[in-house]
Amino acid sequence: MRDTKAIKNSDGSAGVDTVYQTIPAFKLLNQDSVYITNEHFKNKIYIADFFFTSCNTICPIMHRNLKKIYGKFADNPDVMFLSHTIDFKYDTPSRLKTYARKLGVDGPKWQFVYGPKDTVYGLATKSYLVSVEADSTDKQGYVHQGYLVLIDKDRRIRGAYDGTNPEQVAQLEKDIPVLLAEDKK
Amino acid sequence: MRKLLIFSTVLLTLISMLYSCQTAEKVEQDAYYVNGRDIYIAQCQNCHGEKGEGLAELSPPITDTVWMKKNRSLLACIIKHGYATPVTIHGKVYEGKMPDFNMADIDLTQIIVYVTNTFGHKQGKYTTEQVAKDLQNCK
Repeated sequence: MRDTKAIKNSDGSAGVDTVYQTIPAFKLLNQDSVYITNEHFKNKIYIADFFFTSCNTICPIMHRNLKKIYGKFADNPDVMFLSHTIDFKYDTPSRLKTYARKLGVDGPKWQFVYGPKDTVYGLATKSYLVSVEADSTDKQGYVHQGYLVLIDKDRRIRGAYDGTNPEQVAQLEKDIPVLLAEDKK
Repeated sequence: MRKLLIFSTVLLTLISMLYSCQTAEKVEQDAYYVNGRDIYIAQCQNCHGEKGEGLAELSPPITDTVWMKKNRSLLACIIKHGYATPVTIHGKVYEGKMPDFNMADIDLTQIIVYVTNTFGHKQGKYTTEQVAKDLQNCK
């Protein structure tokens, strides 16, 4: 069910328009211990997700798939990546840096960010609409969803794809050029 | 003629009995292999990959036949108790930490049979007795 608002069409008749979920301003520390904000993604589309470096269930699958997409769009400066850690106790920027290096990712195109629990969990559940939770009964301490969320140049969510599902990841790969072309108009 | 018929029937029965005796163990190993593959897909594949290729420098590939041959008796301990010692695979050092998967001996055996007979390996059978012995020597 999409969220809509009533509008008046150019010919005067009544109609509806989609209200997009929009990402608010944020400020988070990245893998180089530098604060990054929305400015970093200005006029770019990006794919956001939530993970943690010691996660060995869905995260390796998500990032194996996301890295393929990263490779496909390596030469396109308009596509960026933003991974948030949900392990606020352990995943310091230096840990994120090591993780990125081991994943084979270097440079500013793919940002790995760290923030206080409330900030990151708030962004996940209220803005990106990805469920994350610290859970002491879970062996690894956290439960979360593996969505790859596609954000357009106006900070709006344009798609969410299960990063562990090859079909949905393939769809994301197809949708990126469509979104880029839309912005070119 | 009748004698020959009886004789050949008896012979055929004996041969088939013998043959099925020989394959009883193979049937068990085949079952281990198939079950091991299921466990691998559920528990191991996310890091070590569909083809055992690993994940960049985060998880080592398990396609190094020399390493696998040399370390088969360590696999049970590594899977059951996790592993934090750096390993050199195909000449590359991997420093990540592998988590522990607390499994029954039979499950460990099945995974070992699978991973030592797929991804280019051909090490043949492995038994729960061997796994039980391996586990006594865990560091």
